[in-house]
Amino acid sequence: MLSSNLKVAILSLFVAFMLTIMPLPGWVVEFRPDWVTLVLIYWAMALPARTGVTIGWLVGLMLDVSHGAILGQHALGLMLVIYIVHIQHQRLRVASLVQQAIVIFFLLLLKQLIVLWVSGIVGHAPDTWLYFMPTITGAMLWPWIYIIMRDIRRKFGYRANY
Amino acid sequence: MQTLFLRGPSATLRMIIFVIISLALMTVDHRWKHLDAVRNTLSYLLYPVEYVVDLPIRLYYWGEETLSTQQNLLDENRRLRDLQLQSRVQLQKLDILEKENERLRELLSATPKTTEDHLIAEIIAVDVDPYRHFIVLNKGTNDGTYKGQPIIDAHGVMGQIVYVNAMTSTAMLITDVSHAIPVQIDRTGLRSVAFGTGQTDYLDLRHIPHNADLRVGDKLISSGLGERFPRNYPVAVITKIDRDTGETFIDVRAEPLAQLDTSREVLLVWTQNHEKAMPEPEQPAETPEEETVEKPAEEPDKEVVEEPVDAVE
Repeated sequence: MLSSNLKVAILSLFVAFMLTIMPLPGWVVEFRPDWVTLVLIYWAMALPARTGVTIGWLVGLMLDVSHGAILGQHALGLMLVIYIVHIQHQRLRVASLVQQAIVIFFLLLLKQLIVLWVSGIVGHAPDTWLYFMPTITGAMLWPWIYIIMRDIRRKFGYRANY
Repeated sequence: MQTLFLRGPSATLRMIIFVIISLALMTVDHRWKHLDAVRNTLSYLLYPVEYVVDLPIRLYYWGEETLSTQQNLLDENRRLRDLQLQSRVQLQKLDILEKENERLRELLSATPKTTEDHLIAEIIAVDVDPYRHFIVLNKGTNDGTYKGQPIIDAHGVMGQIVYVNAMTSTAMLITDVSHAIPVQIDRTGLRSVAFGTGQTDYLDLRHIPHNADLRVGDKLISSGLGERFPRNYPVAVITKIDRDTGETFIDVRAEPLAQLDTSREVLLVWTQNHEKAMPEPEQPAETPEEETVEKPAEEPDKEVVEEPVDAVE
């Protein structure tokens, strides 16, 4: 039933969620990149017909539950990011990895800002600049994530699904 | 599916719809907190992830138990037996005191102090959010836990449960920025509220006047006002008092006694308002149902609650 691409996508999201909640030593916790967003951005670029706004929103809702955040907080941010990737995927695909990483930086920043904005309204915004570290680490890791995900997809999923 | 240009307007339309849904969802969740069912359903999907992440640590503990030598086990057994003997001796005294306390309370015709039920829960080793102080426990509604349930460890109050799912529950620690616990100074009986600061090592006592009788080293115990936390559990010890005469209130910091970031096992407490899974109604007449306050007892300094400061000292 499930196409092999879909299986790989679900598995990669599972791993991304694992990395998101995995306990880390205290000093790296603030540098933990937003794995789920990065992986989902990849799938929105690779399989835009399957990974749309709806999937982005639903995965964001899962992120809310796992973070114990207000329902809709991460969902809104992730959905907007996926929307931008979705409508720009053809341009993003032909960009070089460095250019992609720069775009990813701003996309992650957008999500962080939306999440921060909601936290601020609710009244528990973090008051440290370290809050924006995941944006930087995420953008720096992007080339590797892209290459790894692409190789995995080429190996296990079948190509030319779009 | 094979179109070269994806349906642009439809994606934009969906985006706008989802923005509206998100805003509505956040408002509903924040204002009325009626979305627990949605949260529960989604947490079923997340449970396998949590299970897998916790697995190595569980295996480590399992391995430690299975592979330890007989000598180690015997030593530990002996040590624990000694400890139990000591605790039992202390408990005997406590038992007598409790009886005496009850009698005196009856004489004063004060409300009877009911005993609480306990259940041990294990912390699942997952990191929730670096800027919130949440922990995930391996007990859920299947074990009768409820929203707002206090959790304690061997040293003091740890926090309260904020989200309950079937198999797990999420608890907020007393140091979280949005947490506050009504407390009382052990020595003088002065009531206050200890606010979480977002730092793991101290709580804030706000609105304490300059003439308050406070000393560094004073113990804070839960006062039971707000009817969420049980009374007389240790919460924190005052570590710093800053009496700046230019300020209206003094700046008091207290260090939590519970080992918030090291304990692996915690105790769930059923207070008198909430009976454990199999309810034996003892005083059904005076159980107030469902309080809706998020932070227990907003300003206890102002409300004059007549409450005997411990019948037996």
